[in-house]
Amino acid sequence: MMNYEHILIRYAELSLKGKNRKFFEQKLQSNIREALKPFPAVKTSKSFGRMFVQLNGEDEEKVSDRLKNVFGIHSFSPAVKVPLEKEAICEGALWAAKDALPEGNRTFKVSVRRTNKDFPIGSQEMNQIVGGHVLRNMNHLSVDLHHPDVHLKVEIRQEAAYITCKVIKASGGLPVGTSGKVMLMLSGGIDSPVAGYLALKRGVTIEAVHFHSPPFTNERAKQKVEDLVKVLTKFGGNMNLHIVPFTDVQTAIHKQVPDNYEMTVMRRFMLRITEKLAEINQAKGIVNGESLGQVASQTLESMYAINEVTSIPVLRPLITMDKLEVIDVARAIGTYDISILPYEDCCTIFLPSESKTKPNHLKAQRYESFLDIEKMVDQTVERMETMKIHEGIDENKGFEKLF
Amino acid sequence: MVYFDNSATTIPYPEVIDTFSTVARSYFANPSSLHPLGKEAEQLLNHARKKVASILAVEAKEIFFTSGGTEGNNLAIKGTARQLQKRGKHIITTSLEHSSTHDAMAELENDGFSITYLTPDMNGQVSAEQIENAITSETILVSMIHVSNELGSKQPVEETGAILRKYPKIVFHVDHVQGITKVPLSIKDASIDLCTISAHKFHGLKGNGVLYVRQGLKLSPLFSGGQQEKGFRPGTENLAGIVSLTKALRMAFDKADDKIASLKDLSTWIEREVSEIDGVVMNSPLNRAPHILNFSILHMKPEVIVQALAERDIYVSTKSACSSKNFEPSRVLSSLGFSETRASSAIRVSLSFDNTKDEAIYFVKTLKDIVSTMKKVVKV
Repeated sequence: MMNYEHILIRYAELSLKGKNRKFFEQKLQSNIREALKPFPAVKTSKSFGRMFVQLNGEDEEKVSDRLKNVFGIHSFSPAVKVPLEKEAICEGALWAAKDALPEGNRTFKVSVRRTNKDFPIGSQEMNQIVGGHVLRNMNHLSVDLHHPDVHLKVEIRQEAAYITCKVIKASGGLPVGTSGKVMLMLSGGIDSPVAGYLALKRGVTIEAVHFHSPPFTNERAKQKVEDLVKVLTKFGGNMNLHIVPFTDVQTAIHKQVPDNYEMTVMRRFMLRITEKLAEINQAKGIVNGESLGQVASQTLESMYAINEVTSIPVLRPLITMDKLEVIDVARAIGTYDISILPYEDCCTIFLPSESKTKPNHLKAQRYESFLDIEKMVDQTVERMETMKIHEGIDENKGFEKLF
Repeated sequence: MVYFDNSATTIPYPEVIDTFSTVARSYFANPSSLHPLGKEAEQLLNHARKKVASILAVEAKEIFFTSGGTEGNNLAIKGTARQLQKRGKHIITTSLEHSSTHDAMAELENDGFSITYLTPDMNGQVSAEQIENAITSETILVSMIHVSNELGSKQPVEETGAILRKYPKIVFHVDHVQGITKVPLSIKDASIDLCTISAHKFHGLKGNGVLYVRQGLKLSPLFSGGQQEKGFRPGTENLAGIVSLTKALRMAFDKADDKIASLKDLSTWIEREVSEIDGVVMNSPLNRAPHILNFSILHMKPEVIVQALAERDIYVSTKSACSSKNFEPSRVLSSLGFSETRASSAIRVSLSFDNTKDEAIYFVKTLKDIVSTMKKVVKV
């Protein structure tokens, strides 16, 4: 019975990052350690532009599942360790090839590297021995030196031989924590969690902001957002979620602003409040789930009128994506099923049947001039509630003793 | 008290009853209610679902809470049959099944389905080959008990699953009510589509069970009603029962790790001792589940033995509790080709992880006494 001994990790763009490289590597290593916390026996180390995860008996598949979600990893390969004997190397190679290629007509190639010159067989000859052994023992397999489905690599080193075959593609991107911090505007819909995921992919850390308008939005809507953030922690580690009490602001807007500008003005307030939070939390940008032209508030004219209130960068990772593309990502990362739960968020209450799709920023300014903007923003931020969201299934510690 | 009737039901763990009581008191709200109390109840429900899923090594969305084994089997079988009847009307099962499966099949037969009942060999086992031979282009479902509740014989679930992988349109249901915690079975590795378990067989409370439904599979519900359990099983969730089931499952699996082997030792010892009694024939095969032992004491009415043992505070049963009230020969035993005498004189001893060697010694000694006393009275 063979087992993988360690996992070899290749990283994506960060090998290009010049002077920052060390910082990137350290961040990636600590993110990997964080992601592999549930496996106490695992050890990580790095050398020569690669990282190694020593499994020490932990389950390779489960560890791999976690590694797939760590941004900054391009791909990884589990490796078998075998003693320095021809037979053991052949058996290990066959086992790794079978694991990488379950069935069907496939191609492979072998390359042997022999850094241990005490090993009596040369690498050319070993290529043929290993390749021959695998070919004899697997059906529907042939050699293709140029475009093989899998590349079986054997490294004969001082203490043992290492064999890798399977290449598992990871998420790519940059290690979370290498690109600064942003505030994520999280409504509870399908789009904003995907925007958060894509932002994390580019290496930012996130603090989530949710606008909550009790009693018009209920506890379930808030819970939904907590659950969404929990999913995002799988990719971005522990995260703060700021719950902004928005009822008073919405009520004031509803009284003061004509129906068809209510949405525009509400969005302007959301952006102002988020900017304030960014300032407090030393974040240098805002991420939201807007996609050009998707709804009334996301036309270019709307964005122009809304974006006017801030000079902080507003990043819109979904800007060019179709709804269906967004849904595909939402399903893949596990936020879709939570997002479609039918609870109202603050964007859907109070809204008139018709909003302006082409609002004029001057009109928005004029309607707002009757409101004490600064005071409203400050008072809202003062009453804000912040929670720390951790990964794991313990929504409520009080439950644990029941089980 | 020596309680050896654990296949009928187990003694609930006190901690499980405490959990039931706490949840019933503190989390009484309807998980579908919008207010915070409802939200809290719903969170607890989700938490329990995740726990059960992780213990069974499946996805949380594949766990459906039911009222127990009978409902689970009915929902799996009738739910599949009605959902897929346009595709075909043939179902394969065995003659070893629990009455909830057997009678659900009979009902479907009345509705125009054709059912193949596979006959087991003398060891109480059907073969995966028998199943493959019975498959037709009309077959929509294979339903099989993993561990026979009467005999303790084990069915080739893994092999059947492997064969059915070649027939992706055939749904594979396993009644795992007797096997759970005692006979390890990986739902995913065995390619099982539907799997029934029931809480009170692993020291939980009556009225709770789980039906595992592989993701993507649809069932026609038995009840009409709300959207609880994705509409497969409408009705307000029995939260206290569900949480207590989860606790019982966790505790039983914790024990299983080191107790399965000693359970087998204990029942093997009883088997050897009881075999020495004159007139005793073993009905359970050698290769059986560790906790169930079925034997006949020929020409002795099993009800009388049960009664006599009970007078000495020992509790065993005749056959399946769900069919013990009709005094006919056991349907399952008869299907193995056992004579009427043998099939109508069966005693079932069923153990739990908590039974001890001392209890077994007392049981064997008492049984020997009873048999020899009765021999003097009964004409053989």
